[in-house]
Amino acid sequence: MKILVPVKRVVDYNVKVRVKSDNTGVDVANVKMSMNPFDEIAVEEAVRLKEAGIATEVVAVSCGVAQCQETLRTAMAIGADRGILVQTDEELQPLAVAKLLKAICEKENPELVVLGKQAIDDDANQTGQMLASMMKLPQATFASKVAIADGKATVTREIDGGLETLTMPLPAIVTTDLRLNEPRYATLPNIMKAKKKPLDNFTPADLGVDVSPRLKTLKVEEPPKRSAGVKVADVAELVAKLKNEAKVI
Amino acid sequence: MSILVIAEHDNAEVKASTLNAIAAAKAIGGDIDLLVAGSGCGAVAEAVARLDGVTRVLVADAAHYADQGAENVAELISSRASGYSHVLAPATTFGKNVLPRVAATLDVAQISDIIAVESADTFKRPIYAGNAIATVQSADAVKVITVRTTAFEAVGEGGSASVEAIDAAVDTGMSSLVGRELTVSERPELGAAGIIVSGGRGLGSGENYHQLLEPLADKLGAALGASRAAVDAGYVPNDYQVGQTGKIVAPQLYVAIGISGAIQHLAGMKDSKVIVAINKDEEAPIFQVADYGLVADLFEAVPALTGELG
Repeated sequence: MKILVPVKRVVDYNVKVRVKSDNTGVDVANVKMSMNPFDEIAVEEAVRLKEAGIATEVVAVSCGVAQCQETLRTAMAIGADRGILVQTDEELQPLAVAKLLKAICEKENPELVVLGKQAIDDDANQTGQMLASMMKLPQATFASKVAIADGKATVTREIDGGLETLTMPLPAIVTTDLRLNEPRYATLPNIMKAKKKPLDNFTPADLGVDVSPRLKTLKVEEPPKRSAGVKVADVAELVAKLKNEAKVI
Repeated sequence: MSILVIAEHDNAEVKASTLNAIAAAKAIGGDIDLLVAGSGCGAVAEAVARLDGVTRVLVADAAHYADQGAENVAELISSRASGYSHVLAPATTFGKNVLPRVAATLDVAQISDIIAVESADTFKRPIYAGNAIATVQSADAVKVITVRTTAFEAVGEGGSASVEAIDAAVDTGMSSLVGRELTVSERPELGAAGIIVSGGRGLGSGENYHQLLEPLADKLGAALGASRAAVDAGYVPNDYQVGQTGKIVAPQLYVAIGISGAIQHLAGMKDSKVIVAINKDEEAPIFQVADYGLVADLFEAVPALTGELG
């Protein structure tokens, strides 16, 4: 079974981003970039399925600028067998990425596509569902457990209020939640080996996909600042403030 | 303009999140149709027909909507979407699961998790874990939108909409529900609570979490929440998690106990009206957003606080 894992290069989750002073966006120049944390979990899950003898090949895909190659090498160092880069300098929105992934799926015919549930930059939480819709395939979003057997995926999902378990025939689309697994660190020998793994290059035009953005960002602002709070000396003062000043209890 | 709002429900009761989504639809303006897809969901349809602002309730009652599976519900919405200028659902796990599927079928962008309506085609939404607010404009014929529930005041009753049965779409038969394990709680629901008491790694164990926080939550009539660290350490189930990847909350009072205040946690609670932090580390980032901070050992401060509220 072949598994396709889309990965996104995003601003590292530890970076406190700054809004540009002209309000056109977030300043990402000279900021540390990494693989989106949910995508690391997706790669890890695919590699575990390969180690369990269920998957035969894991293919990582990334869409974006040339530097996304580094993200693909990271995926290959974790254990993906090869990479595909769809290279473009255009801004890519989830609908466009889903179309690019559909084109890649049609070339590769994976039986399972594992994506992160959301990217921590645009926080959209759309691409997996959109791909499933375009491919007319079942979806299991926010997965915290995935079992593959007899041509079926049985997936436990994190929902408001608890968990639910779905079963669906393959091929299927799964998006990962945080608790699915603990991604491994890439070891130095594996990072070296990853440099030799094959990496194919396409452009959106090669795939016949129009990626022009549908949503126009008019401005990006800082969120309203909270006014500075006070430190209280003890519990009695805290309760007094909550009762008399804030009037919330 | 007419707007289709997707009702979230469990076939017996409408979820509070629907009331916030209707409020966002009212802010856009126009006729509001509510779609109730379910099985044996007549009571839900009657209840939502009384909600303020609703023009019409469309009910698709069929066995294959009983589980609210994304494939079937999205198929139904897509088949009904033409003629509407907007399709809205709450940005809960239900709405997030279903609506992008609808948007892709209609070949339109989806606008996730809006926090404000600027005009019929322009909306504000948070990006980068709430560290920036983007204003986006859509040129699509149908705007498919999920609504951050804490950003819109729930609508009340006072309407009398007509209820119409509509035909179900075909059963896609793509996936089936094996079972659900829902967390049973007597406390208010996290997303809708007026007061939240939330615990982090500083509590040290699940036992401490329950022993210290439950009496305090009971005194305040509060819901219980947690940081990711507390969930990962197994103190509480994951649906307690507040943050970028958990629930987004905005109660009147949020009490953060033994929580350092990582960016991802703040993303889930920094719109709370009043934030109280109890932490022994006075450098903890949580104090930068807390209205009232108490630098103290939580094992002494929390029982004292519970006692003080007596």
